Order: sequence, then structure tokens, then C-alpha cells
Amino acid sequence: MTAQPFFRQPNEMVAERPPPAATRGVVGWLRANLFSGWLNTVLTLAGLYVLWLFIPSVLDWAFFNADFAGDDRFACTGSGACWAWLDQRITQFLYGFYPDGQTWRVNLALILLIPALAPILFDKLPGASRLRWFSLAYPVVATLLLIGGFGLEEVPTDKFGGFMLNVTVGLAGIVLSLPVGILLALGRRSRMPIVRTLSVAFIEVFRGVPLITLLFVAAILLPIFLPSNFSLDLVIRVIVVVTAFASAYMAEVIRGGLQAVPRGQYEAAQALGLGYWRTMGLIVLPQALKISIPGIVNTFIGLFKDTTLVIVIGLFDILNIGRTMIANPDWLGLATEMQVFISVFFFVVCFSMSRYSIYLERRLDTTKR
Amino acid sequence: MSSVSDASGFRLGRALSDERARSAIFQLLVVLGLALLVAFIVFNTIANLQARGLQPGFGFLSDPAFFDINQNLIQYDSQSTFGRALLVGLLNTLLVSALGIIAATVIGFVAGVLRLSNNWLVSRMITVYVEFTRNVPVLLQIIFWWSILTTLPRVRDSLSIGGTIFLNNRGFRMPAPIFEDGFAWVIVLLLLGIVAAFALSRWARDRQMATGQTFPSFWVGLGVIVVPAVLLYLILGQPLDWDIPERTRFNFRGGFNVTPELVALWWALSTYTGAFISEIVRAGILSVSKGQTEAAHSLGLRPNLTMRKIIIPQALRVIIPPLTSQYLNLTKNSSLAIAIGYQDFVSIGNTTLNQSGQAIEVVALWMVVYLSLSLGTSAFMNWYNRHIALVER
Repeated sequence: MTAQPFFRQPNEMVAERPPPAATRGVVGWLRANLFSGWLNTVLTLAGLYVLWLFIPSVLDWAFFNADFAGDDRFACTGSGACWAWLDQRITQFLYGFYPDGQTWRVNLALILLIPALAPILFDKLPGASRLRWFSLAYPVVATLLLIGGFGLEEVPTDKFGGFMLNVTVGLAGIVLSLPVGILLALGRRSRMPIVRTLSVAFIEVFRGVPLITLLFVAAILLPIFLPSNFSLDLVIRVIVVVTAFASAYMAEVIRGGLQAVPRGQYEAAQALGLGYWRTMGLIVLPQALKISIPGIVNTFIGLFKDTTLVIVIGLFDILNIGRTMIANPDWLGLATEMQVFISVFFFVVCFSMSRYSIYLERRLDTTKR
Repeated sequence: MSSVSDASGFRLGRALSDERARSAIFQLLVVLGLALLVAFIVFNTIANLQARGLQPGFGFLSDPAFFDINQNLIQYDSQSTFGRALLVGLLNTLLVSALGIIAATVIGFVAGVLRLSNNWLVSRMITVYVEFTRNVPVLLQIIFWWSILTTLPRVRDSLSIGGTIFLNNRGFRMPAPIFEDGFAWVIVLLLLGIVAAFALSRWARDRQMATGQTFPSFWVGLGVIVVPAVLLYLILGQPLDWDIPERTRFNFRGGFNVTPELVALWWALSTYTGAFISEIVRAGILSVSKGQTEAAHSLGLRPNLTMRKIIIPQALRVIIPPLTSQYLNLTKNSSLAIAIGYQDFVSIGNTTLNQSGQAIEVVALWMVVYLSLSLGTSAFMNWYNRHIALVER
């Protein structure tokens, strides 16, 4: 009597079978990602309920029941949002009180920003090394375009306003804070006790106080600190203060970059006989700055959002222009529309910058490879 | 140095080639430049203040302020001094910061954990919340929530929640607790219970270390805290009453009012900072390597214990330092109160500055107060961070 074999013979192949229907395709995906267990099911249902509650009413408000044309708020008869002001006020939202015929200068400055930034942000660009000279010249070019002189009609800085003011203050702050921040970061790591103490004090003071108090310094104290026969425009004073504020944050970002450069690089540079400045300028800083770019972009996003604070000292940035508009009888009470519009504006700009910085972080992160 | 030891008098070239001398000279120049700058500023300031007829000094703090403050945690009226007004403002700043820090931490941890959940829909919804909130200026969000709250009905048509809480465009009217005789003893007993529960959990941990026997210290501790306090509360005849707001013709009597400014500022700061905290929490949890979870599972720990004993203690070490800076950011951002008329330290400072003209003094006070808040918080967090880091070994 032969015993029935307990296991199959190894030469008997079992035909491949597809995985169970419940783990495949749409059903499988749903089960794995939305309904795996009672807690997940509850969360999914709650999420669906919230979406069902908000999305239709928001869409109705923003698009389906909204009015898009008209001369004032009385033209808006629908139950939804009133977007009629966009058509009339968009110039003011974008350019503030910049003279009508001259807004091309703002646009040109913005367009020229692309070739100025490209060689810094994307280093594999063909011709990048030549474009870098343009990057260096860009701040001067942009200042000339915006303020005028050399044949261009001069525009006083109190005409700056709207989104253009936010961009100007943010960009000027970040560009000017880069060299100051580098010096502060080097100062903080310096072996000279006085230089180190002063750098630490500067960084901690400017990081420790709210930007608003510094803006009050720009508005009220700087004129007291300067000789009475010497006056600076408010916008310029704000840029000075914002630069000091941003360079404290910048210094910390760059210090992080400096710390990430291996010691061997310093030692190799010294072994080659390079002095302090050449060690830093030729060997250490190029590597440190490259590592710091995501941090710099993040600092810029924060600074750019903070430029809306200038409304507390009476500058007319995009938010203040909006607030003035909804106080106007024609558009009285359109607060939500105005705020939603400006939010979307900022969101688009800041979100794309933060995506770029994440992309860069991934590319620079060599640890995972 | 030996080859140039025949120093016969000072030579600039030789001094410049010696690193120590060079750095001394450089620092001397820095100090000199700074002193010149300070002298220049002081000189201009004195001249400008004289031209405007202003007396520098902090004497104005004891002058009467003559303005009202709509939310004061301590006794204040318009006859009180500038100093007291600033103190009221400082307390308002601390109040909204403390409330905001608590709420932002809760929102941040919940959102951070939910974003990592297996549930596709929920993690996407949290992503939308985080990305949208982080990329819109917080000032705009504060103004947005405030303008929503001010569209609530007028006082006369207040929305009522169960007849005890009333919502209107002047704020939330809530029942106020009235503490009667003996309630202090309940609080004392509650505090004693907390101390006892801590001692108990310590004892239970030591015993587990020594013998391996576990003890349900959480539930017993909770009982030690709650049961005696509740018993005493009942024995004393429930010495806590509520002052429930009542409608009068034009307003409410009783209860206390939470201003829409406070609610809007608190909510905007909490959701904004919460979004940042959720990213920190997510990064912290992701930073604990998967091997830790697998090792815990292979030791037979259940998911709940794995999370509590293995993942969270390690994640916290990564989370705490950036969390500190978020708390500081929230405190600093609370100064945006000025845009919606919540009278915090900066806002009242600004009023003081306009009324007394003492700009330098007020700005100096701002700087000193915010700097001590920042340095104090970071000192505390550094201490806590060291405390947590010791757990490692």
C-alpha cells in the first residue's frame, strides 16, 4: 500500500492564477486606500461628507452664480461672487499708482528677471556662464527701469504700489540680503571674538523681533537717526529694514551650507596655500551657496509673504489696494472676493517657488543614491 | 616666527603678515567703524529730538494714557498709565500666543499624522490644507477670518447655541465660571492628585525595570487625579456655578465676551502655524527608519505600543528644535493683531507712541520684550531638548 504523498511532487507546476478580484483594479485600490478597516472607512466617509459640503457651494459661489461684468456692485445681481471689479481694478492691483503709459517698464523688468535668474537656478543651461554677467547687472538695470533717469521719465517711489510693490520689496530684500547674509555667516564662524559676537548679536536681534516692529523703525525711527536735511523715501527705508531682517535669516541658511562643506575642503585649500578670502571665495562658498539655494528660496517665500505687512505703515501694496477698493461705495463689502483673489495670486507664486525648492532639494540630496 | 625675531620697532608689513596682529587690527577697525556709526546716530537723534522738543526717557510710562482698551485681563481704565496700558497689551499678546501654541500643536500633530495615513482621500485633503495655508500670507488669513466673523448677525439677532453661548458680530458671549468658597480646595486636591500620579508612574516604571511586572499606571493615575477631586466637589456641595449670559434689550448681561478679533487672530495663527507644524511632525515620523518599526514588531510589540515606545520618542528628537522656532514665529506673528484692531503689545505700543511721541522708548520696549520672549523660549526648549536627547542612552 503506497502512502498518499503529503506534498506535491516538485516537478508538478501549479498554473499561475490572477490575484483575488478584491485586490485588483479599481476595487482593490479602493479597498486598500479608502476602506481598509473601520477607522479608514469612517475617515473616508467623513472626508467625502466635507467635500460634498464645500465643493459645490464654493463652485456655485465662485463661478456658476457669480457675475463677471458691470460698472459697480449694483450690476452684480447673482447670489454668488461679484468679479466685475477685476476688469476695472486689475491695473491698480498689479501696478499701484505707477503712471499709466509707463507700466511697460514694470513688465520689462519682470521679463528680464527670467534670463537673470535662469543661470542661477538651472546650472546646466547652455551659455549659463555668459548669462551670469547679466544676472549681476540685473539689479542695476531693474532699478533704472523702475525709478527712471537716463532719458526715462522719473517715477517717484511713492507711486509704487500693488503687486509690483510686493515683488519689488521682496526681490530687493532678498538680493541685497545675500551679500550681507554671507558676511554675517562668515562672521559668525570667524575666529575673531569681536566679529563673532557682533554677528551673533545682529542675527539674534533681527530674528528675535517681529518684522512689524522693524517696519515701524523704518517709518518712524530712521528719519530720527538720519540728519534732518537728508531724507530717504519710505519705500527705500522699508527695503533697508527688510534687507537687514532678511539677511539675519539668510545668514543662518548660509551657515547651514557652510557647515555642510566637509573639513577636508578647507584643509585642502589651505594646503594649496590659499588665504582666508580665496579659500572662502573660490573653494568653500561656491559649494556652500549651492547647497543653500533651497533654503534661500524658502527664505524668499517667507519674505515675499511678509511684504504684505507694509500696510501697517501705510504703503499701498496689493492688500492695501484691495482694502481701499472695498471701502469705495462702488465696490463696498466685496471683502471675500478681494481676499480670495489675492490669496490665489500669492498661492500660485509661492506654491510654484516651493515646488522648485523641493525639486532642488531632491536633486542636491545625494545621500539616497 | 623665529626667522623674523629681530623685531626692531613696529613695521606695518610684518604686522600684516602675522595672523594674530592682522585679526587684532581688523577687529579694532570694526569696533572703530561701529563706534563712528553709533556716534553719528546719537548725534543726529539728539539734534532731531531737540528740533521736535521731545524729552527722551521712560518718565512718560507713569503718565495717564487716556485711551480705552477693549480687552483687558487686569484692571484698566482710560485714567490708567501708559505703563499699565503696555502691560495689558503684553498680557493680550501672551494670551493669544499661548492659546495659539496649544491649538497649533494639536492641529499640527493631527494633520501630520493624518497626512501619513493610508487613507488616500484624507491624506490628499490634508495636503491641500497644508499647501494652501502655507503659501498664503498669514496677514491675509487673519483679515479673512476676521471679516468672516464680523459678518455674523448683530447683537440683537445673536445666534444661540443651546441658550448658553451666543454668537454675534461683537464676539462670542460665553458663560463665566463663578468660584464659590471651597473650590480652591478642589483645585489643590487636583494638583496633589497630579503629583501623586507622577510619583505612581515613576514607581511603576522602576518596578517594571526591576521585576518586569507591568502596572496599569495610566488608568490608576487618572483615577488618583479625578476621583478624590470629584468626591470633594460633591461633599462641599458643588461650589462652582456658571454665570450664564442673558439677553437684555440691547446687549447681554452676565457671562464674558470673547472678541471676534481674538477669535480670528487665534484661529488664523493656529491654522497657519499648524500647517507648518504638520510638516515638521511628518518629517519627524518619516525620519525614524523602517527598521525600528520592524524590529519592534518582531519583538512582539503591538502597533500602538510601537508608536508610543519606539517611534514617537525618536521622532520627538527631530521634531522639537523646529517646533520651537514655529512657536516663536507664532508669537511674533501675533503682532499682526494691529491690522484687525486686537490690542496686543505692538498695537498698544503704537497708540502710546502716537499719543506720547516717545518713539525710541516704545521701539526699545518692543525689542526688549520680544527678544526676551524669544531667548526665553529657546532657552527653555534647549533645556527640554537636552532632556529628551538623554533618553537616547
